[in-house]
Amino acid sequence: MKEQVIFELGSVYREPMQVKGFSFGEGEKSMCIVGATRGNEVQQVYLCSQLIRIFTRLEEQGKLCPGKSILVIPTVNSHSMNIGKRFWPADNTDINRMFPGYNLGETTQRIAAGVFEHINDYRFGIHFTSYYMQGCFAPHVRMMKTGFEDVEKAKDFGLPYVYRRDARPYDTTTLNYNWQIWDTKAFSLYTDATDRIEPTSALVVIEAVLRFLGKNGILNYTCHGGYMSQMIEGSDLVNVKTNAAGFFLRKTEVNARVKQGELLAQIMDPYLGTVIEDVVSPVDGIVFFHASQPIIYSHTSLFRIIPT
Amino acid sequence: MIETVVSVGYPVDETLHIKKNRLIPEKGLSGGEKRISIVTGTHGDELEGQYVCYELQRRIREKPECLTGIVDVYPALNPLGIDSITRGIPAFDLDMNRIFPGAENGSMPEYIAARIVDDLQGSDMVIDIHASNIFLKEIPQVRINTLSRDVLVPYAKKLNVDFIWVHAAATVLESTLAYSLNSIGTPTLVVEMGVGMRITRDYGNQLVDGIFALMKDMGIWTGDAITPKEPIVSEDGEVSFINAGSSGVFVPAVEHWKDVKKGEHIGDILNPLTGEAAERILSPADGIVFTLREYPIVSEGSLIARILA
Repeated sequence: MKEQVIFELGSVYREPMQVKGFSFGEGEKSMCIVGATRGNEVQQVYLCSQLIRIFTRLEEQGKLCPGKSILVIPTVNSHSMNIGKRFWPADNTDINRMFPGYNLGETTQRIAAGVFEHINDYRFGIHFTSYYMQGCFAPHVRMMKTGFEDVEKAKDFGLPYVYRRDARPYDTTTLNYNWQIWDTKAFSLYTDATDRIEPTSALVVIEAVLRFLGKNGILNYTCHGGYMSQMIEGSDLVNVKTNAAGFFLRKTEVNARVKQGELLAQIMDPYLGTVIEDVVSPVDGIVFFHASQPIIYSHTSLFRIIPT
Repeated sequence: MIETVVSVGYPVDETLHIKKNRLIPEKGLSGGEKRISIVTGTHGDELEGQYVCYELQRRIREKPECLTGIVDVYPALNPLGIDSITRGIPAFDLDMNRIFPGAENGSMPEYIAARIVDDLQGSDMVIDIHASNIFLKEIPQVRINTLSRDVLVPYAKKLNVDFIWVHAAATVLESTLAYSLNSIGTPTLVVEMGVGMRITRDYGNQLVDGIFALMKDMGIWTGDAITPKEPIVSEDGEVSFINAGSSGVFVPAVEHWKDVKKGEHIGDILNPLTGEAAERILSPADGIVFTLREYPIVSEGSLIARILA
C-alpha cells in the first residue's frame, strides 16, 4: 500500500487540507474508489477505511492480480467533516457539483479539478455517495443515463438492484457523470447510512466491491455470487408522499414486501398526539427507500416502492 | 391584493406560504393587460430585492392612475431562507435556484418550485432580482444566457443597469428559475446587484427607475419614467477573472466600478499571524472592476474581482 497526497489546499488558520489516496498494486489503472465528497458522509469514509484494511491484507497475500492497480480516496473534503458541515466550510458549495473542476476557478472547483485529473483515466470508478434527504435505501448501484452507462457491468456487484435514472442538468457536474464522459465505467453505490456508521450494511457494500473486483480480474477473490440484480428505471418507482405535516411514525422497513392499501406510516399531530394521516401503499411492491426524519413537511416523499 | 402562490405544512403548528402582491389598474382589468412579475428572495442571504419590491409598490401607490397593467410582486420565494439567514432552503441545504422547473409530484422543494413556475408562466416579463452573495459586490447588471440573447437584450437595455453580461450556456444553469421560464416562453431577466446580506439603496432606486422605464415601454405604466442609461453589453471573452492564489485576508486597493490599468494594484492578501503579505494582486488587463471581493477571508481560488476589458 502506498499513501500519496493527491491534492493540497492551504488555509490561513488551519493545517492544509490534504486529499490522500491509498494505492495497491502496479500497472493498469483498474479501479478508483472515492468515499466522501461531503462532510457528513461518515459511512462513506468508513467503507473506504475497511476496504483499505482489506486491500492491504490481500496485497500482502499476493491476491492482487498482476498488472492491476486500485486507488482509494476516503474523502476529498476532510475540512468539512472536521467541523461537522456537509458542504464546503467557507461558501457552502458542494464539491460533488463541481466536477470536472477548474484549476484556475473557485476553491471547490480547484479541489474537484485537482482530484479529477488524478482519477479520470481509471477503467472503473466507484463513488460512495449519499442522498440529499435523510433516509434509507435498499443497497443498490445507481447510474445515470448518459449514453455511456454499462448496466450489465453494474450487475457484477451482485447487489439486489441496479437503479438507472435520467440525468438532470445539475447532475452534469457530479463525479459519476464526468467519469462516464471521460470513459471510466462509473458506479455510485448507496448504502442505508450517511452520517452514522452502520457496520452491517457496510459489509454488504464491501462484499459487493470485492465481488466486482474478483469478477473483473483485478483481485483473486472468491465469494458467493451475490444477487441476480434487478434493473429498475427511475420511472418504475412509485413515489409515496404525505399530504399532512407532523411526526413521522414509520411502520415498515427497506426491502419489506407491502400490499396495496397496507399501512406504511402514520403522521401524528405533534401537540395532540392524534393520527392525522395514514400513509398507505398505492401498489403491491417492495420498499426501496424510506425517509427517516422524525418530523416531516407536507408534500414530502416518504417512500419509493418497486411495484411487483 | 395579496395572494398565496403555494402553501406547505410544517411539522409543528406552522404553514409556509409563498405570497405575491398583485397590483392592478384602478378601473379594474379588461383582459388585455400586460403583466410584469418581480421575483426575488430565492437565496435567503440576498436582500437587495427586498427594497426594490417595497419602493416599486410605493411609487405605484403614489400614482395609481398611471398603472395600466398587472404588476405581481413576489418578495420571498424562499421565506424560510430569509428568516434564518440561510442561502439555500433550510432543512434541505439545497440551492433553490438549482431545482427548477421542479415537479408537482416531487419532493417538497420541487413541489414548491413547480408551483412557482406555474404561477409565473404567462407573464409578459419576469425580473428575477439577485444580490450576488456575501462574498462579492456587483454593480447593477443583467445576466443573459447566450441562448436568449436576441430576445432579452432589448428588454435589458430598458432596465437602467450599468452592464449586460451575455454569458455562455452551461448545462447546470438549466436548473435555474430564469432558464426554466425562458424555455417555456416567459421572458425573464436576471438582475445581479449589490452584495449579500445588505441593501444598497442607490442600486435599488436605480433598478426601480429602470423597471418603470420598462413598464412604460410595455404599456403597463403611463406615468413619468427616466430615459435608461446606456449599458455596456459584453460577452464572456471580455471579462477577466482574478482568483486568490493564497489563503488569507483580502484588503482591496481599488474601488468598485472604477477603471484600472493592466498591472495596477487591486489589493493584497495578508497573513495577520506572520504580519506578511501572502500575495499582491495586480490587474491582468485594462478595464473596469465590476465585481469586487467584499468578504475579507479568502482561500486559494476565492474570487477576488472581475474586470471588464
